[in-house]
Amino acid sequence: MSMLNKTGETQHEKRGARYLLGMMSRKAWIWAYIAAGATYIATLMVVSSSGGAGALLYAAFTFASFAVIVGVGQMFVVTLGPGNVDLSIPASMTLAATLSLKFMATDGALVVPGLAIAIGVGLGCGLFNFSLIMLLRIPPIIATLSSSFLFQSLAIWSNRGLRIKPPEVLADFSTGGTFGIPNAAWVALLVSVLAWCVLEKAIAGRWILATGQNKRAARLGGVPVNAVRFGVYVSCAVLAGVAGFMLASFSGGANLNMGTEYMLMSIAVVVIGGSSIAGGNSNVPGIWAAALFMFLIVSMLNSYGLGAGVRLMLTGLIIVSVVVLASKRGRRV
Amino acid sequence: MVENQKMIGTQKVPIITLADVGVSFGAVKALNDVELTILPGECVGVVGHNGAGKSTLVNVINGRLSSTRGDVSYDGEQSAADFRNALLARNAGIRSVFQELSLCPNLTVLENYRIPYRNMPRRAWRRNAASAVRASLDAVFPGNAIDPYSVVDDLPIADRQMVEIAIAFSRRDIDARLVILDEPTSSLDGAIADQLLAYIKKFCADGGAIIFISHMMGEIFDVASRIVVMKDGFITQDNDARHFTRDGLVDAMGHVVPDTAEVTGAKRRQEFGPEVLRMENGLNARQGEVVGLAGLAGHGQAEALAQCFLDRTSDWSASRDPAVVFVAGDRSRDGVMPLWSIMRNLSLQTLVEFSRTFLVDRKAERKVADEWHRKIGIKTDDLENPILSLSGGNQQKVLFSRALASSAPIVVMDDPMRGVDVGTKKEVYRMIRAEAEKGRTFLWYSTETDEILECDRVFVFRDSEIAAELQGDQITEENMLRASFEMQEAGQ
Repeated sequence: MSMLNKTGETQHEKRGARYLLGMMSRKAWIWAYIAAGATYIATLMVVSSSGGAGALLYAAFTFASFAVIVGVGQMFVVTLGPGNVDLSIPASMTLAATLSLKFMATDGALVVPGLAIAIGVGLGCGLFNFSLIMLLRIPPIIATLSSSFLFQSLAIWSNRGLRIKPPEVLADFSTGGTFGIPNAAWVALLVSVLAWCVLEKAIAGRWILATGQNKRAARLGGVPVNAVRFGVYVSCAVLAGVAGFMLASFSGGANLNMGTEYMLMSIAVVVIGGSSIAGGNSNVPGIWAAALFMFLIVSMLNSYGLGAGVRLMLTGLIIVSVVVLASKRGRRV
Repeated sequence: MVENQKMIGTQKVPIITLADVGVSFGAVKALNDVELTILPGECVGVVGHNGAGKSTLVNVINGRLSSTRGDVSYDGEQSAADFRNALLARNAGIRSVFQELSLCPNLTVLENYRIPYRNMPRRAWRRNAASAVRASLDAVFPGNAIDPYSVVDDLPIADRQMVEIAIAFSRRDIDARLVILDEPTSSLDGAIADQLLAYIKKFCADGGAIIFISHMMGEIFDVASRIVVMKDGFITQDNDARHFTRDGLVDAMGHVVPDTAEVTGAKRRQEFGPEVLRMENGLNARQGEVVGLAGLAGHGQAEALAQCFLDRTSDWSASRDPAVVFVAGDRSRDGVMPLWSIMRNLSLQTLVEFSRTFLVDRKAERKVADEWHRKIGIKTDDLENPILSLSGGNQQKVLFSRALASSAPIVVMDDPMRGVDVGTKKEVYRMIRAEAEKGRTFLWYSTETDEILECDRVFVFRDSEIAAELQGDQITEENMLRASFEMQEAGQ
């Protein structure tokens, strides 16, 4: 009797769990938030000092913002479908930061034109990438990779290995906060809200998603696919330019390897965030969770006192396993 | 090898015998009650419509398909339908040349020769293969300059076809005794085709057998000693070639659809607006007209339609009043967005038309979707359901709605009735008629004759060119067939 009851109960529980799982797999980004939350708690367990919780969160949001900005751009590119990825993000960041900071030359009055230059450099990089892809019909991976060498060389040529300092007012802004939230995070929030609106509300978003699912069908359904691809590659590079500008201001100057880690970061954030690698399906909230997770995982391993080698290895392992899990879910369609 | 040679011509043992053979794919019967015997020295011409069962017949003979009913026997031996048919066929010396080229494009010619020749001696095989291919090429197509060491992908399409034919006739451990040629001349020019026909005659005179499938009546009458006519999976006629005339053959192939005659005659209008479309190949349409594109499948109709659409729309901008919209027939390739809901799929084309700003007007979208849901009867409770939850026919209705909801004056339809049931078909015919009355122009490619019979004017395509333009009472199945199987003497 009791046995019967027990099995009945477990079955019921199982059904409940399955329901929950089903719901969660529909909103893929929930997983990223759960992972970020778990990592956060795991880190707090070793960070004993009071106020650690708030400080950790503040730092996490600051560093996540840069990943969010480039991640949003990369997300749009990945949404265009298999084979679409922008590998020139780090180089675009470096080039935009170098040129704009060099132009401002620590003069606080030139911040706005400096930002315009960063955006302009992003535009230029995006145009160059797209013209390689479109006019010369080079696969995006190779096109963006090769153009990234070009951008990087331009940056080297322009700054000659020096660290260019940002204007003081800009450094203060990017390291400071408003209403207890880092300014960088506000910018990233603005970017992601805009991206969400484009994706969910605008015609352009429908077009991007349609192109990513089936380019030919989209074209025959009246979608101007070239304009869509153009817009996506250019805005990705512009976002990289903005991120580079902010990162350089935040970290006290533009240097040549400032963008390096954002190559992997931008892609990892998209995938962990629950966007489909196969294209046509993407979401903005997941980017935030994934970016927070990526920062927290490093600080967790740090606070557990693991050496750099172990830390890197574990980071890699965790990313791989999340990507595997995420792509399994993605395949359901 | 010597043994094989002896058998050719000396004994009248049939190379293959089909007795009461049937092939079904689930509920679909592709082949019914087929009786066919092929003796050495025969050249059998097989003619019939697309979907008449020619390819299925060929695949049963070469062992790729097992018959679901009846007996297949090679060389007079009984061989029940089993998985070894392909092996038995190969041992009987049966070889095939397929319509869609089946060489491996990344390999060289002689490597392609090596693939079907499984137990070729390894020693110096490249040299042997090269000389065998060379010999065969020279025998079939004297004067060609194809290098057996070249990669297939680098050859022009005609050369590839020649290579494939030459490989089929080439010397191996088991000699070719029955060669199946499925539209072998479709990519060859006249002179080369004549070489092939001459070789076929010689091959048959030496005791080999040929199954020759072609839509070119002239070729059939040139080489075939016997003609088999297929229709709807049956062999309807099987007789000596001398008993057929060209017109008789066309009549024998056609299937008669008398029941739609009254519909077509009554509804056809005579008055149309000005010409709204003219393409380089001569295809043209007037306002309010339903123009049909007929002919055998794969003769350039779909390409002409796609061209028509792509020329009149842009890769770079979407217009609020598009010139032309497209209804896809190949849904998964050209139409459906698999990750989306029914509503999103339906509204894709008209997004810019009903939205006033750059944002999607959700209310207007809902209104358009609801309207078409009702009008065309998409079977679903909720338009938010994924498109893939619908059956194929209902997905097709969504694609129809997507296009017809637009204000575009020209609607291009690429065989849009696949998987649509008869009731809906009638409904769609009626809608097309009503829209045409309002001044819309339809370009309609269809593989179904009764759909073409609905059109005001018909262009028959052959080899990517317009072979005939039919109007009014000229639009009959017979005329369409005649034009698609154009008699060859005019050209040569």
